[in-house]
Amino acid sequence: MSYIPLSPKEIQAMLQKIGVTSPEELFRCIPEEIRWTKPLELPPPLTEPELINYFQGLNQRNSYPGFLSFLGAGAYPHIIPTVVDYLSSRGEFLTPYTPYQPEVSQGTLQIIFEYQTLICQLTGLEVANASLYEGATAAAEAVLMAHRIKNKPKILVAKTLHPQYRQVIATYVRRLGLKIEEIGFNLESGRLSLDDLRKHLDEEVAALVIQSPNFLGIIEEPGEAFSLIKERGALAIAVVAEALSLGLLQPPGKYGADIACGEGQSFGLPLSFGGPYLGFIACREEFTRQLPGRVAGQTKDAEGRVGYVLTLSTREQHIRRERATSNICTNQAWCALRATIFLATLGRQGLREMAYHNLQKAHYALEKLTSIREISQPLSGPFFNEFVVSLKKPVADVFNELTKRGFIPGYILEKDYPDLKNCLLICVTEIHPQETIDRLVSVLKEVFS
Amino acid sequence: MSRREPLIFELSDEGKRAFWLPPLDVPEKKEHLEAIDIRDDISGFPEVTEPEVVRHFTRLSQTNFCVDTSFYPLGSCTMKYNPKINEKVASLPSFLLSHPEAPAELVQGNLAILKQLETFLAAITGMAHFTLSPAAGAHGELTGMMIIQAALTQRGNPRKIVLIPDSAHGTNPSSAHICGYRVQEIKSNEAGTVDLQDLSRLMTEEVAALMLTNPNTLGIFEKDIHRIAEIVHAKGGFVYMDGANLNALLGRFRPGDHGVDVLHLNLHKTFATPHGGGGPGAGPVGVTAELEPFLPIPVIRAEAGQLVLDFDRPLSIGRVRSFFGNFLVIVKALAYILSLGGRGLKEVAEIAVLNANYIRKSLEGIYHLKYSTPSLHECVFSDKFQREKGIQNIDIAKRLIDYGLHPPTMSFPLIVHGALMIEPTETESKAELDAFIEAMKKIAQEAETDPESLKTAPHRAYVGRLDETAAARHPVLRWKG
Repeated sequence: MSYIPLSPKEIQAMLQKIGVTSPEELFRCIPEEIRWTKPLELPPPLTEPELINYFQGLNQRNSYPGFLSFLGAGAYPHIIPTVVDYLSSRGEFLTPYTPYQPEVSQGTLQIIFEYQTLICQLTGLEVANASLYEGATAAAEAVLMAHRIKNKPKILVAKTLHPQYRQVIATYVRRLGLKIEEIGFNLESGRLSLDDLRKHLDEEVAALVIQSPNFLGIIEEPGEAFSLIKERGALAIAVVAEALSLGLLQPPGKYGADIACGEGQSFGLPLSFGGPYLGFIACREEFTRQLPGRVAGQTKDAEGRVGYVLTLSTREQHIRRERATSNICTNQAWCALRATIFLATLGRQGLREMAYHNLQKAHYALEKLTSIREISQPLSGPFFNEFVVSLKKPVADVFNELTKRGFIPGYILEKDYPDLKNCLLICVTEIHPQETIDRLVSVLKEVFS
Repeated sequence: MSRREPLIFELSDEGKRAFWLPPLDVPEKKEHLEAIDIRDDISGFPEVTEPEVVRHFTRLSQTNFCVDTSFYPLGSCTMKYNPKINEKVASLPSFLLSHPEAPAELVQGNLAILKQLETFLAAITGMAHFTLSPAAGAHGELTGMMIIQAALTQRGNPRKIVLIPDSAHGTNPSSAHICGYRVQEIKSNEAGTVDLQDLSRLMTEEVAALMLTNPNTLGIFEKDIHRIAEIVHAKGGFVYMDGANLNALLGRFRPGDHGVDVLHLNLHKTFATPHGGGGPGAGPVGVTAELEPFLPIPVIRAEAGQLVLDFDRPLSIGRVRSFFGNFLVIVKALAYILSLGGRGLKEVAEIAVLNANYIRKSLEGIYHLKYSTPSLHECVFSDKFQREKGIQNIDIAKRLIDYGLHPPTMSFPLIVHGALMIEPTETESKAELDAFIEAMKKIAQEAETDPESLKTAPHRAYVGRLDETAAARHPVLRWKG
């Protein structure tokens, strides 16, 4: 196929205007000895029907969607209202670039402004940016931000922060000579251990990072931990990996977070094998100028009409270069658009109801599952839509048995948490009908009998 | 369009809704809430109906210029047409529904897509291996610099300095800085390219890498790239190439063959995935065989006829993003390569360069061209001639809007004062190019005869020229009711 809208005659006319006889001549600036003259080693071009066939074939090699799955662990299946796909697929949203020219990008800019407002409302903080890549890099950016503000070398990170988020933070900060110390969790409640936190507190600490609900599904009460570290002059960073929880649980601003960040995939983005997703970040007003990435703001034109622009750009790489607050340029604007449409559609009541259904269904599932003798609940802390169960058989065997029966029962925890041997992290959302939950329970009964 | 579209919050009224869940089908137990601290109602959160949602976002969409409606010659952004078939294949059900933690044997199709794109990108660029994890170009830069740093650290000294030409995009110095490097600028020579003598002088054993954009931001090919690589390698440094402008080189130059050690690409530029108003993009990073052990995790490899995820890579820089990168963007880029094939990609570069040179030739003499060196896919004019009348590049840019055209990139690269950086791409017709050229000529005339109409432009947009200074001085960053 080709997407070149020029006829041979037009090409000739243009070459003539330029004063060359062939397009080849335009590449003379690439010295001959380094110019590539062979054909590229790629298959011959495909037409539309062939392309569809090719991808249909790959589509069929993914058997996962045929399984009944209870995977969460940082990526959550949720209902997406039809209008989200319908509106976001408009060319006016898909095919512009970053709104550098505000007068012809008011749609994108006003929606970013609305998105920033929604993130502030959800997190209970004062300022939000226009988006980041996804949850893990958002957490890393929050840590870098705290380091810029405090200029201290130590970052405390809860062990119950998503393992991949911890890995990404480690990758990002290693080269800056920052030290990461992990704070353990209470093996009974599943919550951050305050005793362990106290052992790590000193004047070197720049920030403490706590995820709630944490990776084990447990809703933390970060208030006390955050007070402790603030007394030491450090910053409190809250991570929310399941953004839907914000529809029902206390917002980070309420429990003392200076910076809140996380993953917004639950707001209208399909699982998509991990991306594109949506990183969000918000903070208290005093740290506005340390935020990474783009920020939209309101202003006026000469006639006093309200409009929106990208602002505070003196923080950014294109102005500040190596002294910028981050290197972010392209981020996830279209994903933020989808989140904005999603949240507008669910609205005040819908968001709360969806979150409430998640909580009820997950608790129903836990009750049913723990009615099986070989399954117990090892952690006593409250949870939202994900919980840990402990099995009286090797978890890998159970997992394989269930896969044979068409189920993915959850996420195996022991590779990340050796203390949680034979434990599964199970996620239940509004997309799981009671019947599916009941079938999981009966299949597990079978496996244990 | 004269009426301002209200904010979604201003359309809201208590009790309106656009979404209903099926009834809760498990027994509802209030006691589940007892241990949980429940938040208060979110004050000011939208309450609107579906017709209002659709109208609100549709109206807002209509205030955007975009590639589907307008010529969009933002330099260095490669705003080419985004083929619709790629959207269609990227929305096949299993791609949307796959959980990233699904067992590898149940998502072999997805892993095959990742592997296939890695292989194709290697064939196009001559790099030995690719990672598809980075979510955008700048993320790719950071990943690439981390790889260089890890390799140098393993050799015993991570070094301290990164050399970057003064024409580079701002993300280059910023990415190097996040890696902990000090940035040293190399001055461009009169031809607009890297000065070899200056490079030789600055290239010491404290320099980790040279970050080079090729073709550079002036659209000029760094013709000495192989010599540049020799100079850098002789002192034990690495050559990092920013591949943002790869569109000009498809099928004509493979960086991996000529001393480039690390290369990032922008799938949302060269490989036609939609820019989405500022993402999602994808910034794959290619490396030489020597640097392969340092790639971020996970790495996909074939084992006994299956694709598996390899996490056991002791020299890896670690993880740079959760899961596998912006997967759907990767699907679209693969579809693009498959639909064009090798010859089609070569033709892309050919016409992108033809279009840019056609504009350059047509506007030369009317707008000032600082560098006379031949250029490839973009050309950088300046407002030097018009400045004598008090007209700046911003006035020219805003006036273009009145002609229904998106302005070029402004004020960049920094080495051209008052720059107007024009990249038409290969997907513009001659009629569109002529309309742009005509408008630019008229604006040059207006600068002489009616400068006021430029200074107050745009006159026919949804809003007039917005006060960006006031926005930054007194930031209003959210609706407060």
